[in-house]
Amino acid sequence: MSSLRVTTIRSEEVKKLLRLERFPHIWCPGCGIGTVVKCYAEAVLKSGIPEEKHVVISGIGCAARAPGYLKLDGLHVLHGRPIPVAVGLKSVKPDLEVTVISGDGDILTIGGNHFIHAIRRNDDINVILINNFIYGMTGGQYGATTPLGAITTTSPYGFIEGSFNVPYLAAALGANFVARWTPLHTKELVDAILKMFKVDGFAIVEIVSPCLIYGEMNNLPPLEMLKLLKERVVIDHEADLSKIDIDLRDPKKPIVVGNFVNRVKPSYQTRYMEIIKKARGGK
Amino acid sequence: MAERISLLEAVEKKEALLEPGVYFMQGNIASVEAALIAGCRFYAGYPITPSNEIAEHMSRRLPQVGGVFIQFEDEIASIMALIGAAYGGVKSMTATSGPGFSLMQEGIGCAFMIEAPIVIVDVQRGGPSTGLPTLVGQGDIMQAKWGSHGDYEIVAYLPSSVQEMFDLTIEAFNAAWEYRVPVIVLTDQRVGQMIEKIEVPPYEEIKIVVRRKPEVPPEEYLPFDSRYLVPPMAAAGEGYRFHVTCLTHDDRGYPTTSHNISRKLVSRLVAKIRENEKVIGRYESYLADDAELIIIAYGITSRAARRAVKEARREGLKVGLFRPITAWPFPYWGLKEHVDRGAELLVVEINMGQIVRVIREYYNNITKIHFMPWAPGEVPRPSDILLKIKEVYPR
Ligand SMILES: Cc1ncc(C[n+]2csc(CCOP(=O)(O)OP(=O)(O)O)c2C)c(N)n1
Repeated sequence: MSSLRVTTIRSEEVKKLLRLERFPHIWCPGCGIGTVVKCYAEAVLKSGIPEEKHVVISGIGCAARAPGYLKLDGLHVLHGRPIPVAVGLKSVKPDLEVTVISGDGDILTIGGNHFIHAIRRNDDINVILINNFIYGMTGGQYGATTPLGAITTTSPYGFIEGSFNVPYLAAALGANFVARWTPLHTKELVDAILKMFKVDGFAIVEIVSPCLIYGEMNNLPPLEMLKLLKERVVIDHEADLSKIDIDLRDPKKPIVVGNFVNRVKPSYQTRYMEIIKKARGGK
Repeated sequence: MAERISLLEAVEKKEALLEPGVYFMQGNIASVEAALIAGCRFYAGYPITPSNEIAEHMSRRLPQVGGVFIQFEDEIASIMALIGAAYGGVKSMTATSGPGFSLMQEGIGCAFMIEAPIVIVDVQRGGPSTGLPTLVGQGDIMQAKWGSHGDYEIVAYLPSSVQEMFDLTIEAFNAAWEYRVPVIVLTDQRVGQMIEKIEVPPYEEIKIVVRRKPEVPPEEYLPFDSRYLVPPMAAAGEGYRFHVTCLTHDDRGYPTTSHNISRKLVSRLVAKIRENEKVIGRYESYLADDAELIIIAYGITSRAARRAVKEARREGLKVGLFRPITAWPFPYWGLKEHVDRGAELLVVEINMGQIVRVIREYYNNITKIHFMPWAPGEVPRPSDILLKIKEVYPR
């Protein structure tokens, strides 16, 4: 049982990366965020990059509380704005490994403009987007990933807007690395985050995550959500991204996960080195 | 006090800075060159008239000195990117005008709360709203002070010449890094876009404030150590493993809802500026000592007012000028002796009444306060001001 022992040691090491004095954390029972934080911490430990070179940045929301529990340099900034903060920091300190951990509302709804332009510029940052289909922190309003028909506190008759298919959107915008996993796929998620650290350019993983608040309004408490994920998840790295939108209510629709895109295209920060050379007359 | 070093360090690195000497230069360009001399190595902005020369010149100059320029998708991203750069330990700046300045307000509050030193040049144009993009205004005085929510204090300079665009941009960086606050260079379209003579002094004469770094081991480091008025600042990647947040936080940077900690935090944050108002606040007086009427004017308006004062004097009227060089903190104390000996005041500004409210706050019922509002779009001529002087001159 040597593998079991390795896991135990790893948990102890992960603990050293946590601000344990801040526990208990704020997340509800069954929430997926804690698992993601553990996977990120594991990836940091395995990355070979010194811990002090990892920086974690977030906006406002439940997911955005993640940096507050990590013993790394962390910035918890305004709702919707972690991406530009990360871009500013990475641009002046290229030796840092800068990761944004935040929610769907933060990154895709209020922060959607920064998301699309950071991908277009190909900023060299990692984004861990925890998609719980709702605004958890503010009590359950809808956002840009809420599924059609879902009941939220601001769509009491059912959500009619339509939602982003995150990997399809990110891939279409040109992101270098695009993945989707769930808290059930801890090994795969650690692996995906490790891959993201290696990418020069924009890298994103969407985590399809259970939420008590969403569950309470939509008959999908976290345990049921995890069961649903277990039954319906299909791993397909080659999936046609246009078809992998998530419909939680259609029992026949698979939830497709995988590492979908991994392409090489220099980041803004790498290309800017060429600009500096040019501006200095080739020096 | 933060550590001060001479510029020679940058010069030793052979960075292509503007050399000491006399130049004929645009205000916006002078601000860029000053920023580079002050050590600015990151610019984030979104184009807006009449500030564009700053972004354009930065995009050419920053890579020459090894810095980074990014034109962002909007002003919200720009101001937030400055906070990221500041926490990388790098001096950063943006430039904008009214509409963009409005979009930056939430970020300015964030910078204040998280104690990120950043510099914003606001080249004021005519408002309200999109207003007069190419023409002068001075309507952002109160926005600079109150534009973000909650209690905060701001530092804002009021350059009135190209020389001051240079000098006060350097001072803005110094104040930002001395007090860990956002600082505004609150200029206007005329001063930003005019071209006139400036002198870049020898580098040894230019004082530059740099980041005060922590002197304790990482285990003892507190990002918001309240034993200091201005806590030393660690940069990301240095091994301090700090957590900072724009939520109300304790000395460790952890969120809290404790009223006691909220009181301590907000009190310290505003005290950084309030306790130093006389160190930061600055003004200039001209022929004020015996004046029976003192004009209060700033930025481009102060230049027309100065001329009006000269002409009034020629006509035998005892008129002087008080020119605030900082809007915030407002140097109210500089007027006291004049008011105490009975001088009346006349405020002239290109807006419908902003600084005049501050004057009333300090001197209402103590002396007569006259006001000459001026709609945005043009600068009042000296003759316009002279007319007003004659209308209100005490006899
Ligand atoms: C400018 C601004 N608007 C609104 C809010 C209120 N707010 C805080 S968190 C949040 C939504 C969070 O949702 P999400 O990002 O999906 O994160 P979750 O809490 O679900 O993890 C909102 C609307 C805010 N803090 N700032």
